[in-house]
Parts: sequence; C-alpha cells; structure tokens
Amino acid sequence: MKRYLPLIILAILAVLPVIGLSTYMMHILILVIMWSVIGMSWNLLGGYCGQVSFGHAAYFGVGAYTAGVLYSKFDLSPWWGLPLCVVVVALFSLVLGFIVLRLRGPFFALATLASGEVMRITAENWVDFTGGTMGILIQRRTWVEKTWYFYIILIIAALTFFMIKKLVESKLGYYFVAIREDQDAAESLGINTTLYKTIALCISGVITGIAGAFYTNYMGYIDPHVVFALHDISIITIMIVMVGGVATFWGPYVGALIMVLLAEYIRSIPGLGAAHQTFFGILLIVIIIFLPNGIVGDFQKLKRLVGLRRASG
Amino acid sequence: MSLLQVKGVSMFFGGLAAISDVSFDIQKGDILGLIGPNGAGKTTMFNVVNGFYAPSRGEVFFKGKKISGLKPHQICKLGVARTFQVVKPLQRMSVLDNVIASAYLRVNNRGEAEDIAREKIKFTGLHDDVNVISKGLPLGKRKKLEIARALATQPEMLMLDESFAGLNPAELDESIEIIRKIKERGITIMIIEHHMKVIMAISDRIVVLSYGQKLAEGTPNEIGNNPLVVEAYLGEAESA
Ligand SMILES: Nc1ncnc2c1ncn2[C@@H]1O[C@H](COP(=O)(O)OP(=O)(O)OP(=O)(O)O)[C@@H](O)[C@H]1O
Ligand SMILES: [Mg+2]
Repeated sequence: MKRYLPLIILAILAVLPVIGLSTYMMHILILVIMWSVIGMSWNLLGGYCGQVSFGHAAYFGVGAYTAGVLYSKFDLSPWWGLPLCVVVVALFSLVLGFIVLRLRGPFFALATLASGEVMRITAENWVDFTGGTMGILIQRRTWVEKTWYFYIILIIAALTFFMIKKLVESKLGYYFVAIREDQDAAESLGINTTLYKTIALCISGVITGIAGAFYTNYMGYIDPHVVFALHDISIITIMIVMVGGVATFWGPYVGALIMVLLAEYIRSIPGLGAAHQTFFGILLIVIIIFLPNGIVGDFQKLKRLVGLRRASG
Repeated sequence: MSLLQVKGVSMFFGGLAAISDVSFDIQKGDILGLIGPNGAGKTTMFNVVNGFYAPSRGEVFFKGKKISGLKPHQICKLGVARTFQVVKPLQRMSVLDNVIASAYLRVNNRGEAEDIAREKIKFTGLHDDVNVISKGLPLGKRKKLEIARALATQPEMLMLDESFAGLNPAELDESIEIIRKIKERGITIMIIEHHMKVIMAISDRIVVLSYGQKLAEGTPNEIGNNPLVVEAYLGEAESA
C-alpha cells in the first residue's frame, strides 16, 4: 500500500480539475505543488547533503528570468524557458557553487544568502536585459484557465518526486548524507566531497529554476523584487522544509501545503497585511522548539502532543 | 618492496614543527607501529599520509607513486584507508548505512555495496548492531565501526589511530584479534597505539616519534632495548 501511495496521490490530483474546482482553489493547488517542487529541491541540498542554502531565490529568479527574457528579448514563447533553464541554471549553479561550496556551515549559509541578494540587485540594475524594476510582463498568456498550468506543474512535481526518490536511494544519496554527517570522514572514505556537493547544488538549483520558469508562465509578470525575494522565496523555501520535516520524503509536500494555506489565510485577515512574516517567524520558533524534525519527521511526537495516541494503536 | 615511503616530511603549523624531517618505509604486508608521547606528531603524520595536509616539506609515495599533494578521497581510492583517533561516525546513519557509504567506493550497485558492508560488519563483530543508529553506539563499538568502514573501502593499507584507546581488557583482546586477521588478509597496517604491550606484540617494525622527530626505528626487540627510547618514552609509559 505504502509503495503505491505516491501513485495514488498523483492519480487523485490528476482527476481534481475534472470535478470542477473553483479558479481560486486551482490557484491554491498550483501554488502548493509549485512550492513542493522548490521544497523538494531545497531538501536535496539542505536536508540530505547538509548544505543549508539561504539563497534559493537566486535559482528561482534565474529560472524565471530565463523564461522572461526569452519572451521580452527574443520574442519566443516563455515556455521555452522550462527546457532552456536547465542549461542556464546548471551553468549558473556551477559558477555559484565554485564560490560558495568552498565554505562550510554558517559561512556557506551566509554566502548563499548574499548570492540571492546580489542576483536581485543585478536584475534591478541591468535594465537593458531584464527591464530592471519594471519587470517583464507576458502579454500573450497561453491559457486563461488554470487547468493546463495545473497539469504542467503536476508533471514537473511528479518527475521531480520520482527522480529525487531514485537519487536518494542510490549511491549518490548515500554520498550526500555522508557529506552532511561528517565532511572530513566522507572525504577520507574516498568521497569527492567537492564534486558531490556541486552535483547536489546543480540538481537542486535546476529544479528550483524550472519552478521559476513555470512561475513566469503562470503569473505572467515577474520583477526582481518578486522572484529574487529573500523573505518570500529563500526564507519561505526553508520554512516549508522545516515545517514539513528536513530530510524526510514527504516533508516538503506537507510543508508546502501548510505554508501556502497559512499565507492565504493570514492574508485574508483584514488589517494584517505584511504582518504575515511575523506569523511565519513565530511559527518557525514553535516548530524548532516542539517539532525540530518537522511535522513528518516528528509525526509520532505530534500525535502525542495533540492527544491522538490511542488512534495509532 | 616498500608499499609506503615517507621521505623527509616536515609539517609546520605557524611556527610549530609538528613533524620535522621524518623518513621511514613500510614493507608490504607488515604492521608498522607508530609510537611516541602525546603531541609527538603521530596523528599529524596520518593526516599527511592521508592527504588532509600537504606536507610543508618532503614527499610521500604509495606503491612508488607520489601521493603527497593529492586529496584524501584520491588517496583513499588508491588504497589507503584510515580511522580517526576522535571517532567520526556518520551519526544519524545506521551502522550498516555507514559501512555501505564506504563500500560504494569500489562498486556502484546497492546489492554489492551491502554485501561488502555486511561482511566487514561481521568481521569486526558488529553484526548485532547493524541497524543501530551510530550516534547511540558505545565508544568501543564506534571504534570498531571506524575499522569496519575503513575496510569497506577495500584498502591495501590501513591506518589505525588509537583504535584501542579507552577499551576494556576484553574488547582489547578482541581488537588485537581483529588486527591479526586484517594482516592475514594481506593488508598492510600502520598503527598508532599507547598500549605498549599491544604494540610490542603485533608490530613487525616500530617508529618512535618525539617532539616531531624520529627518535628511533627498529623491530620491537630493538626498540625495547634502545636506551633513548626507554628514557624518552617507555620509562614514562611504564611508570604511568
Ligand atoms: N591543525 C593543527 N594546527 C595547529 N597545530 C596542530 C594541528 N594539528 C596538530 N597540531 C599540533 O601538532 C602537535 C602534534 O599533534 P598530534 O595530534 O600529531 O600529536 P599525537 O602524537 O597524535 O598526540 P596524541 O598522542 O595526544 O594523539 C601538537 O603540538 C598539536 O598541538
Ligand atoms: Mg594523536
């Protein structure tokens, strides 16, 4: 049963549009799935390989701008951004990785944080290429309806899911975790830590970049503030994985679901506005104290906390 | 034939010479004991041979190939494995997964890696703990885990850094037995050890370091009768 759970969930999701959800519900679903993809990719690098990135907005933004610039500068469909960003973001990750992967622990985290900000400022000022703070508006939207966007992000999520599952169970997965647990031990056991960290960074970056390219197509508008955002992209990505469960398989999905719903809910409360970040901050503290392994990682503990223990037998 | 050659190696940390101009050879199939008082530079020598440090001066050769300057993972791939004095288990991984991660050095599929791992785990007497998360292992077993996963890289030479320290007498005997069996498999061993009885019993040759310099080298018999060594080290160790 458990083996088929991913397929069952995929099948249920695939028939959802057929039963006719409201446009708003579809929008929420698309966001949840998109954030799960980003969460999964972060989890591979941060959760499994132990390289905690505070700058995933850099990859998201480069992916988003790959699609956007194809449209604004080359007059091509921004959908070409999806395949093209694989190459663009992989190259970008290699360059960035060459710099940040020399650093360890908090230094790595700070360098990634800086890289996201550097990218935002670059995009803001390189007006000729990016349109600067004016952003890029896609005037010819492919579809008005959400259905096809939903299926496209669902396919991306499914492919990501199965690829990461294969990866984590393979030699590469062992190497990633070994690096996370003790880099010196891993190195002395014959693991080329620089190489494997770079691989983790590239895969993670490319997946997030694809999500970014999808975002451009879906939202139809990007600007540096939105796609290179520290709070709304980089930090939310970490929160999704923290809330769901770092280095757990299902964590990013659970986290994405909770965070997207929470963001929508808080936004609907009148007079709160940008205070949602305060709520997220408090939530993060609560999670770190009570469920350090996230909802998935500490599920047994969570059940005890809410008094459902008997139900589990 | 010498498997490992250390030629005129010096290692400076700032002004401190942790090793100064040390040379020795290890013959294939031998056990070489590396002894000396605390801070003599023994672990530093391991770190140089294993590639964590590039020596400030001198060179290291393995099977005639210069290895000083290579990265630890390259040196491991060439057939040199080590354990750590301060154990470094992959904490949140099970014993089996720890050893599988090493076994993947020579094979690519999970089944083969697991076969190698299980064999090494059995060999080092950890078979009752395969599924234990290594964070929860007592020190004695962590030391064995260090040996198991070093062996899983299928080395030609194994470097053991105080694998016996802190063990009780029963564990000590067991570990000596393990070392002998490793030697029977044709693996060359370089071992750092403070238990003099152990080192005298198992070593083919012994190198004595003191304040970073090579004080003496010879068979256990020669070392035991060397007045310099007795004065500088053995006397101290015996009285301790
Ligand atoms: N990375 C380093 N930086 C600075 N000094 C170091 C470093 N590593 C070792 N040392 C110094 O080099 C000297 C030799 O240390 P080493 O650890 O090699 O001794 P050892 O013979 O293994 O001692 P012990 O028996 O206590 O393990 C010590 O004075 C130590 O403080
Ligand atoms: Mg030492």
